[in-house]
Amino acid sequence: MAKRESTFLNMTLTLFVVTFVAATVLGFVHDLTKADIALAKQQAQQKAIESVLPAFDTLGDSYKMLPEDSSDSLEFFPAYDASQQLVGVAVKTYTKNGFSGLISIMAGFSPEGTITGFEVLEHKETPGLGSKMNAWFKDESKPSQNIIGKSPATSKFEVKKDGGDVDAITASTITSRAFLEAVVRAYKTYQNAQEQPAISNHATNEGGQS
Amino acid sequence: MEYIIIIVAAIFVNNIVLNQFLGVCPFLGVSKKISTAVGMTGAVTFVMVIATIVTYLIQQYILNPFGLQFLQTIFFILVIASLVQLVEIILKKVSPSLYQALGVFLPLITTNCAILGVAILTYQKEFNLMQGVVFAIANAIGFGLALVLFAGLREHLDLMNVPKGLKGTPIALIVAGILAMAFMGFSGLV
Amino acid sequence: MNQLQNFTKGFIKENPVFVLLLGMCPTLGVTSSAINGLGMGLATTFVLVMANLVVSTIKNVIPAKVRIPSFIVIIAAFVTVVELTMQAYLPSLFESLGLFIPLIVVNCVVLGRAEAFASKNTIVSSVIDGLGMGLGFSFALTLLGAAREFLGSGKVFDMIIFPEDYGMLLFVLAPGAFIVLGYLIALINRLNKA
Repeated sequence: MAKRESTFLNMTLTLFVVTFVAATVLGFVHDLTKADIALAKQQAQQKAIESVLPAFDTLGDSYKMLPEDSSDSLEFFPAYDASQQLVGVAVKTYTKNGFSGLISIMAGFSPEGTITGFEVLEHKETPGLGSKMNAWFKDESKPSQNIIGKSPATSKFEVKKDGGDVDAITASTITSRAFLEAVVRAYKTYQNAQEQPAISNHATNEGGQS
Repeated sequence: MEYIIIIVAAIFVNNIVLNQFLGVCPFLGVSKKISTAVGMTGAVTFVMVIATIVTYLIQQYILNPFGLQFLQTIFFILVIASLVQLVEIILKKVSPSLYQALGVFLPLITTNCAILGVAILTYQKEFNLMQGVVFAIANAIGFGLALVLFAGLREHLDLMNVPKGLKGTPIALIVAGILAMAFMGFSGLV
Repeated sequence: MNQLQNFTKGFIKENPVFVLLLGMCPTLGVTSSAINGLGMGLATTFVLVMANLVVSTIKNVIPAKVRIPSFIVIIAAFVTVVELTMQAYLPSLFESLGLFIPLIVVNCVVLGRAEAFASKNTIVSSVIDGLGMGLGFSFALTLLGAAREFLGSGKVFDMIIFPEDYGMLLFVLAPGAFIVLGYLIALINRLNKA
């Protein structure tokens, strides 16, 4: 098969050349796809924001805030209508306590702090069980599990097993708990954000919010 | 204690073979006898731990600082291939009988998805070096556990009356499925 | 064997998954739905064809003792190309296949064909072998994926056949993968004997 001798020099040289060529070609492909990868991520994020907030015209500058109980910051995306009124804020939140680790969620809040929508962005929960969370907590026909339109200020965002008001996914208490934890984290950090005058100056807020 | 969670999760809850589907080829190929299964586990443990350490260091000090993350696959697999060559050489000198028993399965450790899988998972889970090592050892134990359990089952299967169409690989897979089901009982443990 | 036989052997007679029992990890790991199985199969086919092409082109230049590491680097390069391309243009498939995309590099089918066939045959034969084996692999993965998706959630390629509530969840989970594959292999063995 090989017509070249397996001398030490030949072997090292071959391996080196092959790796070098491979790495160079990859560098080229990487440069080629860099922009499109970033674009795909951007578009996915835009889509998520649009799906959790009511209709808006422009997105303000996003900002990050550290939640009280964790070391990774949440990203906030305020959205305004044509007359610069705050329509709502989408918050990219997370929990590390999912059944299989990290769950990343985009949650939409109205200026008053009620939930306008959510989209589960990333998760590794069990298919058929925890993975149902994206549909479960939005189910309009089941008010005891639907969190849309509610706020952690007025109802207890914990699973019924823990004394809360929300029905957990059948056989997926851990996922449900983690999901709600992420939403509450977003809400609390959003409240902290609103209390800072610099941030509420991002838009003229007629809805009135302290 | 964080390390306990990593260990229990890797061995039982997210068992590398029965839940994550990594290392299935040797799982099916080497599990016909308990003694070979144990030998294979030893070799895999050694390669897995050292591979995780070396790939972690490469990621931290070479790939990340220079923005070369896209070369991760190439570098990681080169490290693993070299390590396996090393293990082969060492084993030949230290334990020729084990070397013979493992036979063609030894170089196949390179293509054992469990090893590359664990190296990549350590990166994805953002473990530090110590956590990575614990994770690697735990996964190797989980691999060994699945392998030895399965070998025991297969030794029994050989003596059973299996329908002709299912003899060999089919029944082995079905039994593996039942074993996987048993391990599902661990979910919710951590 | 002629090129037609070379191409079709990968489908039933020497199907990498059902007969040669290679590439088990992705076979079990990504086949929770038909589309995932198909996506992975096609990605692997691309790597197989390109790797076979390059290996059989430079086979006379590589010293025997470094051939495996050299093949691995070549395969790893093409796998990374697939990774980057998928991330840019098929992000949802990229997310579903996850860890198993870089794991194509240790898929025994790919290294196996490079070593057993491409390093010993002409470029044309090697490409056709890669294509046939790859498509046979894709066929196996799609079949397994469709079976598991159907039994587990009542859908095939996301088309609802019966309501999800009547599905047997087990088939979408780990044990189901092993069990369905076991039965499929038994079935193909039966067909091969006939």
